[in-house]
Amino acid sequence: MPGLRIPELDGHDAAHRGRTSGFLMIRVRGLCKNFGGFRALDDLNLDVEPGQVLGLLGPNGAGKTTTVRVLTTLLAPDAGEVTVAGHSVRTDPESVRLSIGLSGQYAAVDEKLTGYENLVMVGRLYGMNRKSSAARAVELLDEFRLSDVAGKRAGAYSGGMRRRLDLAGAIVARPEVVVLDEPTTGLDPRGRLDTWAVISSLVGAGTTVLLTTQYLEEADQLADNIAVIDSGRVIAEGTADELKSRVGSERIDVVAAQSEGVDRAAAILARIASGAPEIDRSARKVSVAAPDGHHMLVRALGELEHEGVQVVEATLRRPTLDDVFLQLTGQRAQEQAAPAPSNATATGTSQDHEVLKA
Amino acid sequence: MSSLNAAIRDSSVIAERNLRNVIRTPGAMVTSVAQPVMFVLLLAFVFGGTLGGDQYRTFLIGGILAQTLTFNASFTAVYLAKDLQLGLIDRFRSLPMSRGAVILGRSTADLVTSLLSIAVTLMCGLAIGWRINNGLGPALLALGLLLLFTFAVSWVGAVIALTARSVEVAQSLGLIWLFPVTFISGAFVSVQSMPGPLRAFAEWNPVTAVATAVRELFGNAAPQGFAAPSGWPADNALLYAALCCAAIIAVFAPLAISQYVRISKR
Ligand SMILES: Nc1ncnc2c1ncn2[C@@H]1O[C@H](COP(=O)(O)OP(=O)(O)OP(=O)(O)O)[C@@H](O)[C@H]1O
Ligand SMILES: [Mg+2]
Repeated sequence: MPGLRIPELDGHDAAHRGRTSGFLMIRVRGLCKNFGGFRALDDLNLDVEPGQVLGLLGPNGAGKTTTVRVLTTLLAPDAGEVTVAGHSVRTDPESVRLSIGLSGQYAAVDEKLTGYENLVMVGRLYGMNRKSSAARAVELLDEFRLSDVAGKRAGAYSGGMRRRLDLAGAIVARPEVVVLDEPTTGLDPRGRLDTWAVISSLVGAGTTVLLTTQYLEEADQLADNIAVIDSGRVIAEGTADELKSRVGSERIDVVAAQSEGVDRAAAILARIASGAPEIDRSARKVSVAAPDGHHMLVRALGELEHEGVQVVEATLRRPTLDDVFLQLTGQRAQEQAAPAPSNATATGTSQDHEVLKA
Repeated sequence: MSSLNAAIRDSSVIAERNLRNVIRTPGAMVTSVAQPVMFVLLLAFVFGGTLGGDQYRTFLIGGILAQTLTFNASFTAVYLAKDLQLGLIDRFRSLPMSRGAVILGRSTADLVTSLLSIAVTLMCGLAIGWRINNGLGPALLALGLLLLFTFAVSWVGAVIALTARSVEVAQSLGLIWLFPVTFISGAFVSVQSMPGPLRAFAEWNPVTAVATAVRELFGNAAPQGFAAPSGWPADNALLYAALCCAAIIAVFAPLAISQYVRISKR
């Protein structure tokens, strides 16, 4: 697993930090944050090189928003060293604020102001003059497909429009570092794609981005590096490919037409592939690791046909981040319970798959 | 110097934004207009007859002004708490803007609401027989004092909002203190009529000082039956009122700003 860092195994100063020399746009070392007796961040470490996108992935309550709030100077850390664009959030928060743009988890827009007025206000507060903040507002409204509603009060916007307006606010001043807390939550597919395009163009322009997300596909699409966090700690870190290779080989998913077919399909797959298949009865789905994917899928389909098991869908896919995520966060909890085959199967999207419809 | 410029610019951006909000929330304006009208009519005609008729009506206006402007602190509290609740304060705190600007912009915008309240109160006053008897100069000074006072109390409103953190709590916290503070005062009656401790409180109450100073500047005498107040605050009402405003700002402005800076560091 080249380059993949597993903190429990190799400590904090892994070799991958040596991949590039020099300056880190975001540098977090030993960050701790307690709320009363509760430890929300527990010795968290993050690195983001200039111009890179770090995806912060984690279940609810993992500490994503808390991390974002510390990075954006909204929350003081209890311990640890946090620098953004070379400035310490502790000793030089003013310079940090000049270097960042934030879009928080919940869109913070002034509902009584129009979309245009909201953006002009933010521009002015970044120190831009009237003229350039007005020009920038028009530009961004266009970029975020809000031109039509630019003159309407934000209170009348849909959730997705609000979200986009908030996101536009984060990049008004073209900051060096943009921090986005679940930027596409609540967006429709088109809004999500638009947002991805905007983030990609930011990266193209050299902006450093830290984004948190619940969507594994999003991290996969956008992030150069992904840090999976749970209970306030980084539990895995690496590129999407590195994380996926950690789960192992390609997988075959088979969905049976009838529920009676599920067990027979599982038996066939167990015979062909290596390892015990995962069974999701409610979805009538059987999933198995397939080291020699292509051939195994062809064989599996042949035998399923031969034994008369009707199949609705058969998929050969690379492991998704869902698989990684489940393995890292879910399975750890299950380990202590029972080693029985899990019948929870990853749902969600996978990019690199071939779908054969029966 | 440039940081002062930045502070002024940031505050004016926020003030402009707040004014747009106020103008676009007609419901909130109704309160700041209707409340002084209601109190003028209520006190002038329900209590007025017993307390001195026409003379009481003239006397009343200074008191209503002091009371209404004190109540406007609750607007500051509610608006600011709303910004906090909506996450706008978080957005502002992540921007490279000066630390006091959000609250200063708030109090500045609330001055405009207060001007509206003042205008409405004086109009009602004119309708029930109140007049400026001392000339324009002192009357303008009275207006200045009223604006200073409302500016001062809006910092109290800010501290309430930042302590309350939610609109609901800010609403109730922002209101309860107003009744004792405005009624245990010389706003509507002679403080001489009150029993010992209440009287001492009323004599030194800034609301009394503002009401008294404004009456003096407008040349509005107390009704004949009212015992003339005595003591240093009564004898130096204008000076004492201005000192009170300065003291309120000196205590509550730094408190509000330090709360603002730490607001999410629970
Ligand atoms: N102000 C606070 N006071 C007390 N506890 C808090 C506070 N903020 C966060 N927490 C707790 O810290 C933990 C991490 O919260 P955080 O909001 O960072 O999670 P998250 O990863 O952003 O989750 P989500 O995906 O739900 O947004 C949670 O258990 C949360 O309850
Ligand atoms: Mg969150």
